[in-house]
Amino acid sequence: MGQSVNYLGLIPLFPLVGAVVIGLLHVFTCNKRRLPEKFYGLLACVGPALSFILALKVFIALKALPPESRFLSHKVFTWFSVGDLHIDMGFLADPLSCLMLLFVTFIGSLIHIYSIGYMGGDKNYGKFFAYMNLFLGSMLVLVLGDGPVVMFVGWEGVGLCSYLLISFYSEDRSNVLAGNKAFIVNRIGDLGFVLGMAFLFWAVGAQGFDYLSLKANVHQLTPGVALAVCLLLFVGATGKSAQIPLYVWLPDAMAGPTPVSALIHAATMVTAGVYMVARFSFIYAHVELAGTIVAWVGILTALLAAIFGMFQDDIKKILAYSTVSQLGYMFAGVGVAAYSAGIFHVFTHAFFKALLFLGAGSVIYALHHEQNIWKMGGLKAKMPKTYMTMVIGALALAGCPPFSGFFSKDEILYSALATGHIGIWLVGVLVAGMTAYYTFRMIFVVFHGEPRDHHAFEHAKESPSVMVVPLIILAVGAVFAGFLNFPGIMTISHWLEPSLTEAHHGSVILQVIAILASIAAFAVGIKIAYSKFGQGCPEPEFKGFAAFAYHKFYVDELYHAVIVRPYKAIGAAIWQVVEPNITDAPVQGASRLYILLGSAFKVFQVGYVRVYAIYMIVGLSIMSLFLSQSLN
Amino acid sequence: MIHNFLFLSVILFCLGIVGVIARRNVFTVFMSIELMLNAANLAFVAFSRIHESMDGHVLAMMVMAVAAAEAALALAVVILLHKHKGKLDTNVFSLLKG
Repeated sequence: MGQSVNYLGLIPLFPLVGAVVIGLLHVFTCNKRRLPEKFYGLLACVGPALSFILALKVFIALKALPPESRFLSHKVFTWFSVGDLHIDMGFLADPLSCLMLLFVTFIGSLIHIYSIGYMGGDKNYGKFFAYMNLFLGSMLVLVLGDGPVVMFVGWEGVGLCSYLLISFYSEDRSNVLAGNKAFIVNRIGDLGFVLGMAFLFWAVGAQGFDYLSLKANVHQLTPGVALAVCLLLFVGATGKSAQIPLYVWLPDAMAGPTPVSALIHAATMVTAGVYMVARFSFIYAHVELAGTIVAWVGILTALLAAIFGMFQDDIKKILAYSTVSQLGYMFAGVGVAAYSAGIFHVFTHAFFKALLFLGAGSVIYALHHEQNIWKMGGLKAKMPKTYMTMVIGALALAGCPPFSGFFSKDEILYSALATGHIGIWLVGVLVAGMTAYYTFRMIFVVFHGEPRDHHAFEHAKESPSVMVVPLIILAVGAVFAGFLNFPGIMTISHWLEPSLTEAHHGSVILQVIAILASIAAFAVGIKIAYSKFGQGCPEPEFKGFAAFAYHKFYVDELYHAVIVRPYKAIGAAIWQVVEPNITDAPVQGASRLYILLGSAFKVFQVGYVRVYAIYMIVGLSIMSLFLSQSLN
Repeated sequence: MIHNFLFLSVILFCLGIVGVIARRNVFTVFMSIELMLNAANLAFVAFSRIHESMDGHVLAMMVMAVAAAEAALALAVVILLHKHKGKLDTNVFSLLKG
């Protein structure tokens, strides 16, 4: 059995308290004398940093336990208890949540530090950090929750915070719309999650509704119910983790400040779906069909997003599509029952994607909020540190050995090959090549060649050290994080073993084939990117297929035409036809009836005292008559 | 014997009712009410006499006291009504008309 400890609940509590304190300070001071920015920045970093320290403590405590009983639990209080449903506000740290905890708090803290520089001078400085802390706290609740219900609290919390932060620059209407879109699309996914949870409770919830009880009772699930639960939960994951068909919100989420994008893409939010599938690996492992569907949806998302990524001209949109694409890989990993590979990719991706976003933020900051890559160019000379770190991040993303992304991506592709999913493997290799292409297209266009906009280029300079230091730390992570799961050693896979239900396969030949294919794809991708963009090139015109991909296959327009417009039409019909005629009519009829009745009785109210006296006497007389009758 | 007292009481009471209903002067209405009270008093005293108990007397005294208090109040109201409209016609005061 695991240990019961009393400090797990504190981990999410620190950022949440930070959010409340900063939020209140901001509310009470924003209209008067404003507090210095440094004060807010310092306060905001305290919560995540303390959480990170506690996460280290959790890691050490877990390490001390024997592998088969590696978990810590903390029941804070009984939340509610209705019939069979007993829900504790409880937290659970096992190897899986501990790994998530470590990198979420670590990267989250770095992004907070970076934000001190990036957000400097913003008039809602305090509000920004309150939301950021709330975001991180929600994610920690999600990761640490000991059952689906507590996870759902965090799940909704990150949804809310993403909405608040994406529409942070709320003066601009398009930002607000992007926030709305993220929130609404996520709600669609959340509905799937709630239904899946309800199904699960209906089937096996009576004996306890936390992960450990569910895991013990999972054999009672009939295959049909298990498939339904898996698919419904996956609908939730597609919303939160931006998979087909609900990926459309993530590229629009670039409307938020760049540190927010980094936080959403690296540490919080989008990894939640992958984490959830891995968390429920004990169910997914029993339903092969669900896993196959997850894997195919994942790899097709990876392909689609990679195609879009190749033709974007906004530096943040390129990165956004690369995230969607990498998330597709992760789902392909967990779909083929290689849960540790999927989580490992989440882990390495967190480093290099945070690095790339913060690097992109540094470029955007230097160019005064210019995001179009065709207005950049030649920045290598002006921003050497940003350039170096970005290149490291790009190599990791593109899967160049021995950077971290190579190991995790290769692990997923190898697992797909080893489990016989040849189709997924082939598409995966193709996407690996495309990833290398669009990543280095971005690097070459932004940093190499001749400056395209001379005015902006003259004013560009390296960002302050509060922004560069986190970049360097993340770059170190992006280089070395992969070695934690070096093929043959597999530290992370062994560490995660107690939490996950997965089979291991070993085939050196397949491993070698997978590695060679990945390297070849990387080499081809970077070669094409170099030949087209390495020496600098003018802004190309998108024609034919490229224009089609530049407009993202018109998926947004399609959704708008097929879902949004009919939905609005239905709303208008209900508002203009059903409401006045069907729902309002009885209500107004009732009020008219009473007015009619009133006017009938009105004639008795003549207003003269003596008439009322007559009524009184008549009434008394009738009463007396009745009385005398009944006495006789 | 007792019937005579009760007949007188009923006659007085009916006179009071007719006064309240038929007359329009506020003072007359007020005096009619007093008449009805005293009709009731007469009935009380008569019954008290028959039953050889003092209860009716007590109640009669009580009604007198209440009537005195009510007279003070009612006269004040009459003064206010007069101040308000300058008339003492009950038909003028018909704000409760629906």
